[in-house]
Amino acid sequence: MKLRHVIAACVLLSGAATAQQPAKVDQTLVARVIADTFKGASDEWKKRITPDETQAVCSIYRNNPPQAELAKIQEREKASVVFPADGKVLGDWKNGEKLAQRGTGGQFSDKPDTPIGGNCYACHQMDKKELSYGTLGPSLQEYGRIRKFAADDTKAAYAKIYNAQSAQPCSNMPRFGHNKFLSEQDMKDLTAYLFDPESPVNK
Amino acid sequence: MGRLAAACGATIGAVLILCGPIWAQTTDAEKEIEKYREMISDPMSNPAFLNVDRGETLWKTSRGAKNVTLETCDLGEGAGKIEGAYAKLPRYFKDADKVMDLEQRLLWCMQKIQELDTKDVIARRFSSPGKASDMEDLVAYIANKSSGMKIQAQISQPKEQETFAIGEAMFYQRGGQWDFSCATCHGEDGKRIRLQGLPNLSKPGKTAQETMGSWPTYRVSQSQMRTMQHRLWDCYRQMRWPQPDYLADGITALQVYLNKQADGGELTVPSIKR
Repeated sequence: MKLRHVIAACVLLSGAATAQQPAKVDQTLVARVIADTFKGASDEWKKRITPDETQAVCSIYRNNPPQAELAKIQEREKASVVFPADGKVLGDWKNGEKLAQRGTGGQFSDKPDTPIGGNCYACHQMDKKELSYGTLGPSLQEYGRIRKFAADDTKAAYAKIYNAQSAQPCSNMPRFGHNKFLSEQDMKDLTAYLFDPESPVNK
Repeated sequence: MGRLAAACGATIGAVLILCGPIWAQTTDAEKEIEKYREMISDPMSNPAFLNVDRGETLWKTSRGAKNVTLETCDLGEGAGKIEGAYAKLPRYFKDADKVMDLEQRLLWCMQKIQELDTKDVIARRFSSPGKASDMEDLVAYIANKSSGMKIQAQISQPKEQETFAIGEAMFYQRGGQWDFSCATCHGEDGKRIRLQGLPNLSKPGKTAQETMGSWPTYRVSQSQMRTMQHRLWDCYRQMRWPQPDYLADGITALQVYLNKQADGGELTVPSIKR
């Protein structure tokens, strides 16, 4: 047996040992209570909380499903990523900064014309000078510089913003493009905020 | 007086928000926020005690088609007994054959005992400046009668166990345009949104006890007294979920789950928070 295989087997075993067991509760009962709790919502809103397969699996396994499920999620979510038709993933970093700062949009208290933001600073450290940042996600300081502003990495970052679970199944991060929350231009601008050498993220 | 206190509260809140980033720069923001918490947690200056007084009056006021008070309402400890009732809520009620939180139970008593038309009570479920909420006032009064006592999560009865399991599943249920569940923000120790610390509510212990032991609370940032019903409604708003129905069973299920994590924690209510 090759060492490589032993390592692979160990990784699989440890994955199996740490994966969550599905909760012992009747899922149809849970679905019924959730439907009843939000029964006053419009059909459009109800559709948003009807779990797709990925949400269902991540929920049942508390974001820590077995290896086989992780692979299925990643494959499915990767297939959902749509890159810009013009092949360009870098937009305007200045607008990206506004989107990263803005935490509105998509709440039931928001008006239809409330500007939408990515709310990145709620979870990520980015510009060194911005001290009001959250810690739910990793620090993104000097994101582009660390990656030497490589073209492949800009595409990978765009894909992550579009669908974080294409890179990390059951990631806590919203699937901004997949869920049609941010527009293609928004995601280009955010990618530029991470990668433009002039962006404060890389200063 | 109430308005003055509210105005002062709002001002303190605004000052805190404005000073937040400066504090983070010069000193440990967490320590400063803790100092601020101590400063505002004086019961003599907590406007929520006005809600407690109004709640007592409401409890003892004859209303509804029957023109009787709520004083015979059974909150789980026997008809009319309110001492310690909040510490054991939500719990199973045989007459309703369901697990109810305090607000669900109060509505039940208004409808069954007083035969009160509760449309207006429900319309005023959350207060706003110049518009008091009977529910918030009653909760402040009744919860205060459990202040100093320990949370005793009720999950021995089969319906209570089922409700707990539903609440636990809902805590981890992801959905909405941001794929969020409660656990997204409250599933790990030591995390924060922007500068705001997030309690880990996915495990039993001190953090959950301190959180659940301090609701209902006067929210300085909103200049109103708020109940757990409002807190969870606001969580779902921030999670980009739709608006939950007031007094829906799912909100009670989440409270049962959270109370279990907070079991044994001391209630100091109504409290005062940012």
